Amino acid sequence: MTQDLKYIRNFAIIAHIDHGKSTLADRLIQTCGGLTEREMSAQVLDSMDIERERGITIKAQTVRLLYTAKDGHEYQLNLMDTPGHVDFSYEVSRSLASCEGSILVVDSTQGVEAQTLANVYQAIDNNHEIIPALNKVDLPASDVEKARQEIEDVIGLDASEAVECSGKTGIGIDDLLEAIVTKLPPPSEGDAEKPTKALLIDSWYDAYLGVVILVRIIDGHLKKGQKIKFMNTRAEREIDRVGVFSPKPVMIDELGPGEMGFITAGIKDIEDTLVGDTITDMRKPCDTALPGFKPSVPMVFCSLFPVDMGDYEDLRDSLGKLKLNDASLHFEPEQSQALGMGFRCGFLGLLHMEIIQERLGREFDLDLIPTAPSVVYHIYRTNGEMVELYNPADMLDPVYIEHIEEPWIKATILTPDEYLGGLLQLCQERRGVQIDLTYAGGRAMLVYRLPLNEVVFDFYDRLKSISRGYASFDYELDGYDKNNLVKLEIRVNQEPVDALAMIVHRDNAESRGRQMCERLKELIPRQMFKIAIQAAIGGKVIAAEHLSALRKDVTAKCYGGDVSRKKKLLDKQKKGKAKMRQYGNVDIPQSAFINALKMGDE
Amino acid sequence: MFKEGQIGVYIHWPFCLSKCPYCDFNVYLRREHDAQDWLKAYLQSIRTYQSLMPGREVVSIYFGGGTPSLMAPNEVRAIIDEVTGGWGVSDQVEITLEANPTSTEMNKFEAFRQAGVNRLSLGVQSLRDEALSFLGRLHSSDDVRRALGIASKVFDRFTFDLIYARPGQTLTGWKQELQEAIPLMKGHLSAYQLTIKPGTAFARQVDRGDLKLADDDCLADFYTMTSDVMTDHGMPPYEVSNYGAAGQESRHNMVYWLYQDYVGIGPGAHGRIGYAGQKFSTEDYKRPGDWMAAVQRQGHGAHGHAPISPQDQFEEILMGGLRVKTGVDLDRAELKSGYTWCDGIDTQRLQVLVEQGWLSFERNHLSPSREGWLRVDSILPYILKAP
Ligand SMILES: Nc1nc2c(ncn2[C@@H]2O[C@H](COP(=O)(O)OP(=O)(O)OP(=O)(O)O)[C@@H](O)[C@H]2O)c(=O)[nH]1
Ligand code: SF4
Ligand SMILES: [Mg+2]
Repeated sequence: MTQDLKYIRNFAIIAHIDHGKSTLADRLIQTCGGLTEREMSAQVLDSMDIERERGITIKAQTVRLLYTAKDGHEYQLNLMDTPGHVDFSYEVSRSLASCEGSILVVDSTQGVEAQTLANVYQAIDNNHEIIPALNKVDLPASDVEKARQEIEDVIGLDASEAVECSGKTGIGIDDLLEAIVTKLPPPSEGDAEKPTKALLIDSWYDAYLGVVILVRIIDGHLKKGQKIKFMNTRAEREIDRVGVFSPKPVMIDELGPGEMGFITAGIKDIEDTLVGDTITDMRKPCDTALPGFKPSVPMVFCSLFPVDMGDYEDLRDSLGKLKLNDASLHFEPEQSQALGMGFRCGFLGLLHMEIIQERLGREFDLDLIPTAPSVVYHIYRTNGEMVELYNPADMLDPVYIEHIEEPWIKATILTPDEYLGGLLQLCQERRGVQIDLTYAGGRAMLVYRLPLNEVVFDFYDRLKSISRGYASFDYELDGYDKNNLVKLEIRVNQEPVDALAMIVHRDNAESRGRQMCERLKELIPRQMFKIAIQAAIGGKVIAAEHLSALRKDVTAKCYGGDVSRKKKLLDKQKKGKAKMRQYGNVDIPQSAFINALKMGDE
Repeated sequence: MFKEGQIGVYIHWPFCLSKCPYCDFNVYLRREHDAQDWLKAYLQSIRTYQSLMPGREVVSIYFGGGTPSLMAPNEVRAIIDEVTGGWGVSDQVEITLEANPTSTEMNKFEAFRQAGVNRLSLGVQSLRDEALSFLGRLHSSDDVRRALGIASKVFDRFTFDLIYARPGQTLTGWKQELQEAIPLMKGHLSAYQLTIKPGTAFARQVDRGDLKLADDDCLADFYTMTSDVMTDHGMPPYEVSNYGAAGQESRHNMVYWLYQDYVGIGPGAHGRIGYAGQKFSTEDYKRPGDWMAAVQRQGHGAHGHAPISPQDQFEEILMGGLRVKTGVDLDRAELKSGYTWCDGIDTQRLQVLVEQGWLSFERNHLSPSREGWLRVDSILPYILKAP
């Protein structure tokens, strides 16, 4: 029997990081009886190890709850818990595009923060009805009136009927559930008789179920045994399971209009599952596909190389599996002279990059060498043509370059007054241009334009340390601008080390170059010959160090028993040679470059 | 230098009176033990190898340790007799015994000579009392002079060891000590740079920061100076750390470096032996108790005999050959090991080192220069092709 649309509510929980979305979801699940007391754990939807350890949500999760409202009807609630960190905003934007309403959680001890703003504007763009929820009222520092005022002043949202609640103690949860059924709209359209039309929201790999696809049904049904077609990828499959998360996976017969749930369909290839794709019936397809999602735009790039070259194929498979599960990850093969075969990867931000690197290590047991993070530059050639530069190593010869443009961002920083001075100075140091500075309720809202390149290193950490953790930060891309940028090349024994090439502002080139040369001098073991380590722009050397030749390497004794020991060492050295990179006549251990890159983060 | 089939025999006696802080040899403090059982075990092992590889000619017997001068002279004699009884003996056979210059030991020199020893190797280490105590030695510089006096009367050939580049030692200080030592020599010296071996008392001091060694540049200067002084006095280096007048070279050590067969007997001893058309490496059990039990069980004290592949043999030949003045002939190494040398050696890189002045390479004969010796441990990894 098809569920009456009137009794369905699909909504997302959005907020700034750590404002308590996942904890609030726990209480909603518990109140609706989705899990028993015994099955319940804190932030039960944060199921990945890495989420539990870091206490943050990385991946959006959807659960179906059944709630009997005061009007006596039973409602089907499809709740989407979303991540708060800006680096996972693609998860948020897809969730918002798949439902009709949002609960905007604001931590009443903190008030409105940068990511609160960013998310609420996205919800408004998606025509969402929004219920503000003032959370953590159980805490002594909670200031409900101040938070309410900020929602009105800073966001411009009517907060007079905001629900006061605590995800921790459960205060206000009943009010929130009532608000969900009374204030949020049911799915607006949906025809059970029309050809099947469903939105592919997300996909991931599950050890028991295989590739799982999260869907939102617009028209028609999805049921077991049905032959379906993915309109964009043109893949055709047969559904073998239909289910919902309660949050445990529960198999059901079918999903109808307005509903959300999952299917499995014997899918092996990640190429088949494109988020935003439209799923329809193979025999009776719908005529038009859904508009889908805006593709994610990676902002930060780095290359990943396996320490052991034999792991290259594994790395490719692992990146594929992660991509299946994280639509905002981009990657393509890359060949580096210094580090071998690897992948150039694009991420939404530094935390995203860090998380992916960590997951590759722990979930797939891969030992990786990451290069320093970088951004995409626009290179304008003298012939007027523009090329996008993803990897500093691929930079053109400067004689062919008319000019270079770098990406800028518009950053919004919300901070208590007392840290404003320090933050202004930080933005200034990073070549920022101030756009706006306003005050609302003892807090300053600072809007700056900054080169993204200056932000990808340690901007966020610095911001947090200057403001003792109180300032919040959000950004969006804000076009490209011309600047005096150059490629700084590092050479060992006259040969460029591709993995160490970087694009820097001309004014910083000397100091960065000198730094890197000094570092390498420390890291590269002495060789059979004197070696030059140089930093150069184009053909011009701007900094250099010399590593003098090895003066002595001889063991004093080599008698009967020493032969076996030395032979073992020799075998190890020969094996190690495979991990060395040849620069002219010298072998340099890869570890020297890895460590040079690591120190780059400091 | 050696003929086909000639072998050396190494006897390891694993006991010392105390353990020196730089020493990583397989040594144990001397405990009460049954001398009869030990002697039997050595003799049994010798007989096992004699039946395994009959008809060989012995060019050297070497009693090393540990402190083999703690053995009773009649035990030494019994071992020598066993070796020479079952194998042929070269008329120039060298029979060396290591000894420390303590008074009890020096009183036994004559008895050792009568037992058949014809060369003594004394663990002198230094002529300076403060250095001797730093090195944990039980003798004084006076003992050294007395022991060397006796040795030179008793033995036609003897040698001793010195350790230099000690913490706090200056270049001129070492030069003076070396020059004082020269009149005490009889044509041969082993001079070793102080080396910190993992697991020793010195290694622990280095880890704690209590002991600091000179840097490589300084060590290179010490080495060069030592080599100059010794050459000036008619004892040029014939191996990295060994100096000798013509004819005084240690035949036993040449057996190692020229990759002749050698039998290793005693706890922790290594051997390289050929039989049944194959070359094997042997390693005896390290702990005295395990070793004894193994000999009683199987007639010898080795874990087993591991065949050495042609390539491994080739590399071992190079390892030794690059340490001696005479160098190594690649064609002969190929013949001996059965490994085609051009498969393993990057001749282009070899040429680079020749230009650098570290090696000479003529008619496929490779020999190191003094500058090459200084970096000899890096040469082989550099010129061998990656697997
Ligand atoms: N006292 C109190 N603490 C709360 C409440 N809600 C959440 N917390 C705590 O706040 C922290 C963050 O809670 P989460 O639920 O993980 O926050 P989130 O918004 O899901 O965080 P992200 O998903 O990483 O953006 C945790 O330590 C919670 O225990 C509340 O109502 N009261
Ligand atoms: S006497 Fe020789 S073998 Fe014994 S501990 Fe000292 S250095 Fe080592
Ligand atoms: Mg969360």
